[in-house]
Amino acid sequence: MRQSDSASDWEIKTAIRPIAALGRFTLGAGRRAFSMLGRMSLLFGEALCCTAKGLIVPAQRIRRDALMAQMVRVGVRAVPIVILAQMAIGMILTLQMFPKLDEFGQPEQLATINAIAGFRELGPFLTALVLCGFAGASIAAELGTMVTAEEIEALQASALNPVRFLVVPRLLATVIMTTMLTVIADVVMIASGMLTAVKLGIDSDIYFQLTLEAVDIMSFATGLIKAAVFGLLIGLIACFLGLSVKPWQGSQGVGRATTNAVVYGIVAIIVADAVFTLIFYSYGLFD
Amino acid sequence: MEAGKSPIIEVRRLTKSFGTQRVLEAISLDVYPGEVMVVIGGSGCGKSTLLRHLIGSLPPDQGSIKMFGAEITTMSEAEINKIRKRFGVVFQSGALFNSLSVGENVALPLREHTQLDASTIETMVKIKLELVGLRQHLDKMPAMLSGGMKKRAGLARAIALDPQILFYDEPTSGLDPVTAAEIDQLIVDLTRKLNVTSMVVTHQMDSAFTIAHRMCMLDSGRILKIGPRQEFESLRGSNPDQLHGEQDRLVRQFLRGDAQGPITERRTAGGYEDDLLKISLRHDV
Ligand SMILES: Nc1ncnc2c1ncn2[C@@H]1O[C@H](COP(=O)(O)OP(=O)(O)OP(=O)(O)O)[C@@H](O)[C@H]1O
Ligand SMILES: [Mg+2]
Repeated sequence: MRQSDSASDWEIKTAIRPIAALGRFTLGAGRRAFSMLGRMSLLFGEALCCTAKGLIVPAQRIRRDALMAQMVRVGVRAVPIVILAQMAIGMILTLQMFPKLDEFGQPEQLATINAIAGFRELGPFLTALVLCGFAGASIAAELGTMVTAEEIEALQASALNPVRFLVVPRLLATVIMTTMLTVIADVVMIASGMLTAVKLGIDSDIYFQLTLEAVDIMSFATGLIKAAVFGLLIGLIACFLGLSVKPWQGSQGVGRATTNAVVYGIVAIIVADAVFTLIFYSYGLFD
Repeated sequence: MEAGKSPIIEVRRLTKSFGTQRVLEAISLDVYPGEVMVVIGGSGCGKSTLLRHLIGSLPPDQGSIKMFGAEITTMSEAEINKIRKRFGVVFQSGALFNSLSVGENVALPLREHTQLDASTIETMVKIKLELVGLRQHLDKMPAMLSGGMKKRAGLARAIALDPQILFYDEPTSGLDPVTAAEIDQLIVDLTRKLNVTSMVVTHQMDSAFTIAHRMCMLDSGRILKIGPRQEFESLRGSNPDQLHGEQDRLVRQFLRGDAQGPITERRTAGGYEDDLLKISLRHDV
């Protein structure tokens, strides 16, 4: 009797073990994610403080040469890739939509579709993805290496705040450059869509006219707001992960921070994009 | 040093563990204005960790650290930054900012913490680099420097703001003998002419005996011996049979760099076979 009791006990325990493990894992991952979000918010808060001080207090001003250097480093190399991606997307979308629209007898509506998709979604989204790979990875790797080389400690020992010194210019650069590249991306996509459409026999004047009608200031502005927030996420995640490398983790820690900066960055961009779309549409911004 | 002076650095019962490893165990020591305190001790005994506490980059588990009479362990970042502007640090690896040229590295503290104009800063950078023999390398990037040059550039950066205290983590290791002697001379000159207080971690015994006013030997997180240089000198020259304390014999072996003595005996005595067995057991689990 007693034996069979303990046998069934054992069976239950074995059956539960994977579930318990899964539960523990989920709780652990959840706790880590929350703690990371918390620490990242703190970093963001401090960066905001430093930026505000930099605008007001002359002795703490943001150094223009540092900002310029970061903007060049974040943005310039990504320009050809962004242009290439947007040209391809504009052409692809046009070619794929054309047969159906032609069937409905309104092929010139390609202009509307391209404009809305480009300005509201594809421009900011694709630009952010490209910059996440370019800038996010390189910022995380750079800051992580600085940690392992004792450079961050040396900054602190020289009474220089790493947030003001390193994080603020990088954040501003990712925000500004994502926004600026999005403008380029928007233009390239419209142009590429138009060229393809003209080849398909649509009158360029009509296409242009319809584009202007479709692109209201709202689409353009919300696209840029999205781009700025995506840029902020890219920079913040990369800075946070880079500075979170511990000196004794060495090159392995730097490698992990770099990969994570790209992966977390992409996830954050997608989530933020969904949230934005929900907000914009539930407030009826595009009615 | 001299009676009546109050210490510029005052460490009391400083204790620190990393996980289960106790790295500093109730360290107490004083450094007086204008003296050179040399810290010696085996690799991994906690010298760099002690320095990290003094420059405010590691918080202690217990104990107090006073600098210029103020307790730094409870200070906010802004308060401790005021203290940091009054001392300089030479890191073990140099820790130059790799994205800035050598000259910019030295100029950075001047640009950020003083109101000096650009041409004055340039002059000061040249003066500091000349002191460490690197003036011709002003425009080089840190990655292009040799290990010894990096360390000297780090020293130039540390003295950029004319600090009252200088912390050196192995300033002469990896340098050729002549450059090492020059750095020693520089430490002595800074102390004598500008009344800088220095705390120097080093493995180079001849360098230690050249520059030290007082010395302090650490061993697995504890102070084995602290006292004036002369005491250490006579200990080094002493006959081991006349020494009674185990501690003095440990210090003597370290100072002489002998391959045989209590330090080596302790290392081999540590239950080697037990240790091997433990490892094989762990693999079973
Ligand atoms: N951040 C850390 N986390 C965990 N352990 C650490 C950390 N920093 C140092 N240690 C450990 O503390 C001990 C003392 O290290 P420390 O760097 O102070 O040695 P050291 O006396 O400077 O040695 P060396 O002469 O080789 O530079 C070592 O055993 C080291 O492994
Ligand atoms: Mg060390």
